[in-house]
Amino acid sequence: MSNLSITTTDGYASAADAAPAPSLDGNAASSMPSSSGRPDATPGAAPAAPALQSGRLSSAAPRAARLSSLDTLESEAIHIIREVVAEFEKPALLFSGGKDSVVMLHLATKAFWPGKVPFPVLHVDTGHNFPEVIDFRDRTVERLGLKLVVGSVQEFIDSGELAERSDGTRNPLQTVPLLDAIQRNKFDAVFGGGRRDEDKARAKERILSLRDEFGQWDPRNQRPELWNLYNGRHTVGQHVRAFPISNWTELDVWRYIERENIELPGLYYAHDREVFARDGMWRAVGEVSPPRDTEQVITKTVRYRTVGDMSCTGAVESSAATVRDVVIEVAASTITERGATRADDRISEAAMEDRKKDGYF
Amino acid sequence: MSTDTFLPGTAVEAAVLSTTLFRFATAGSVDDGKSTLVGRLLHDSKAILADQLDAVARTSADRGFGGAGAAGVQAIDLALLTDGLRAEREQGITIDVAYRYFATDRRSFILADCPGHVQYTKNTVTGASTADAVVVLIDARKGVLEQTRRHLSVLQLLRVAHVIVAVNKIDLVDFSEDVFRGIEADVQKVGRELGLGADGITDLQVIPVSALDGDNVVDRSDRTPWYDGPALLEVLETLPAADELESHLESFRFPVQLVIRPQGALAPDAVAGGLDVEGYRDYRAYAGQITEGSVKLGDQVSVLTPGQAPRTTTVTGIDFAGEDLAEAVAPQSVALCLADEFDVARGDTIAAAGTIRETSADLYAALCWLSPKPLREGAKVLVKHGTRTVQALVRNVTGKLDLANFQLEPTSTLELNDIGHAQLRLAAPLPLENYLHHRRTGAFLVIDPLDGNTLAAGLVKDHPGDHEDERYSI
Repeated sequence: MSNLSITTTDGYASAADAAPAPSLDGNAASSMPSSSGRPDATPGAAPAAPALQSGRLSSAAPRAARLSSLDTLESEAIHIIREVVAEFEKPALLFSGGKDSVVMLHLATKAFWPGKVPFPVLHVDTGHNFPEVIDFRDRTVERLGLKLVVGSVQEFIDSGELAERSDGTRNPLQTVPLLDAIQRNKFDAVFGGGRRDEDKARAKERILSLRDEFGQWDPRNQRPELWNLYNGRHTVGQHVRAFPISNWTELDVWRYIERENIELPGLYYAHDREVFARDGMWRAVGEVSPPRDTEQVITKTVRYRTVGDMSCTGAVESSAATVRDVVIEVAASTITERGATRADDRISEAAMEDRKKDGYF
Repeated sequence: MSTDTFLPGTAVEAAVLSTTLFRFATAGSVDDGKSTLVGRLLHDSKAILADQLDAVARTSADRGFGGAGAAGVQAIDLALLTDGLRAEREQGITIDVAYRYFATDRRSFILADCPGHVQYTKNTVTGASTADAVVVLIDARKGVLEQTRRHLSVLQLLRVAHVIVAVNKIDLVDFSEDVFRGIEADVQKVGRELGLGADGITDLQVIPVSALDGDNVVDRSDRTPWYDGPALLEVLETLPAADELESHLESFRFPVQLVIRPQGALAPDAVAGGLDVEGYRDYRAYAGQITEGSVKLGDQVSVLTPGQAPRTTTVTGIDFAGEDLAEAVAPQSVALCLADEFDVARGDTIAAAGTIRETSADLYAALCWLSPKPLREGAKVLVKHGTRTVQALVRNVTGKLDLANFQLEPTSTLELNDIGHAQLRLAAPLPLENYLHHRRTGAFLVIDPLDGNTLAAGLVKDHPGDHEDERYSI
């Protein structure tokens, strides 16, 4: 953004010569090297397509170069963000400092450039967040000049409106403060960074997902979503959850973070941390997540694939210290991010569906 | 984990590299093995991760799934990979469209898995509306059924560029070439009746597969030596996407989503990054997604505003978040600057100059009715077209399509899963274009003004008096 060659809106024509070529080539948009240097790696270039039967396809008409999959996903997400801003009175963006919400906010800055992001961000603070993530959240909001609305799980526990769970996990407790913040602020659309590849229930959810007066999702009664025409109509009391990166995978998110050079909280990268084993995951030692007497604390080189509550998010052993390392690690991973790191999704096969029906993200 | 240990070769390396995106959908009848095919594609392309596979294997064993797996491997119910909702798993059926993601070293795929038996029209229309290709399954033991004809009819109507018919369970007919050739001939005959694969816009191909054993799904099978065509995944990897086919058209189309006019409220991070604050004081650009064609700096364009004659101007800027582009193509999201300071607002369309006829308030359309609430003549509805939503009156319903014989029958109402023709009067004129040639600007939603629900998918047809393209067979 710093090396703009234009100065005024009238200056475009003369600036055009200096403009970079649009990234229409499948590979040009990516800043990745063409090979990892591994002997068994082959470049991404596909061999020529075999001849197809259709006369039209073999005709001489030149075809335009394709956008890369990342460019296509980015354009789709920006289109959705702009539609929601144009059609709703008061949108907000769920922002936890987690990688998906950071990508969402980055897309929003691109959608409205050079203007400010025209909506506040909303964070449901469980009180069990990693301190460095809260710090990252505050710096990001400051940098972009955004308003931050916080819904506090702790306040609801203190006032007796919510009760601490026996397993100590606060993730499922976020629903009530979330719905309260939506109602109090009269948000009619809430952007989330949910992706369909995360979970089987999310795979069935619409990009614009209608919620009733109680914030509930009704998976059996969803509106069909056709072409790129999104229907955001809702009645008083209802609101809409919007998921512009529905069609992204975990790997897409990381490739995009690399390509766009997006800053993330440091715990997404390999670091040494005191951990103990529980439920087959490495849990961080912290004030809200102390080890039991039987659990042995050791120092390991770990990173986080998802960032939620300290009380339910596990770390994975990893030496991936840079975004490039993480991209390669994710591409080669044999286990899903939620399976690897979320205790709350191990409760049952339909854990996510049940939480969503109650108004969860 | 060490990255060295987990880089098993080309697929991972290529997935790290940039690929292109291809969207496809699956459609089929009850018990034709569609979920198994989808599971097979995901499994054999290694899109299923260990924890998901473990969960499926556990559930398969719990339920006593007994299918004979290939090569003596413990059989798992691949359908469980795609049935995501509690009710689906409990009832053993697929209720709703599910989206799945996988990648090969050539492409990233978005798969819309459309259930066949519950509300098949609704689900197939939904999945097909964004698909570059649709895979239709046929059970080799049953051949072309009425349901197959219905599916192909819907796909022709929605102008899906590539239709692939997978003749499944070919193992259960002993890999018989005669059986396959017979079904292939029947499919081609239906295709000819519909104009599918013979209209210069769509293509149709037929592949023998066994989803259960994997024949011709990812790799070519040596059990079908009489078939010398590609495996299903090879086809999906090499077909041109719809955007590729349409972006060479001269017809640039750009519905305006909103006007970007910061008026001094510039993004602090952009300013901190050195943005010329003075230069952007009067910045004004029109944000949207190119739905079709391409645009270059200096192009002549028309601005279409309902009720006004088209206004012609020049493109002076194609902005994308601080990059100034010389050219952009569908489906890029950009912001356009124009030479003349017209009053341009959300709902207007910017198009290549002289390529769009005047706006019209009379809408002739095919409607895929998706709501349990039937359509009645005289109903007041909302029409969402591009970025504009207008009120509309349903003047009359002129016919209902019999999907089994492709004939139009007289009717005055449309019910759930019906496809029919109707004439609507719009409260404001819109730049309507025939869906046959313009898959985006020819599409619209019919919305219930009372509860806001989507009632129908609409496809714009030419006015009856105009020259009707004979390829548009219904």
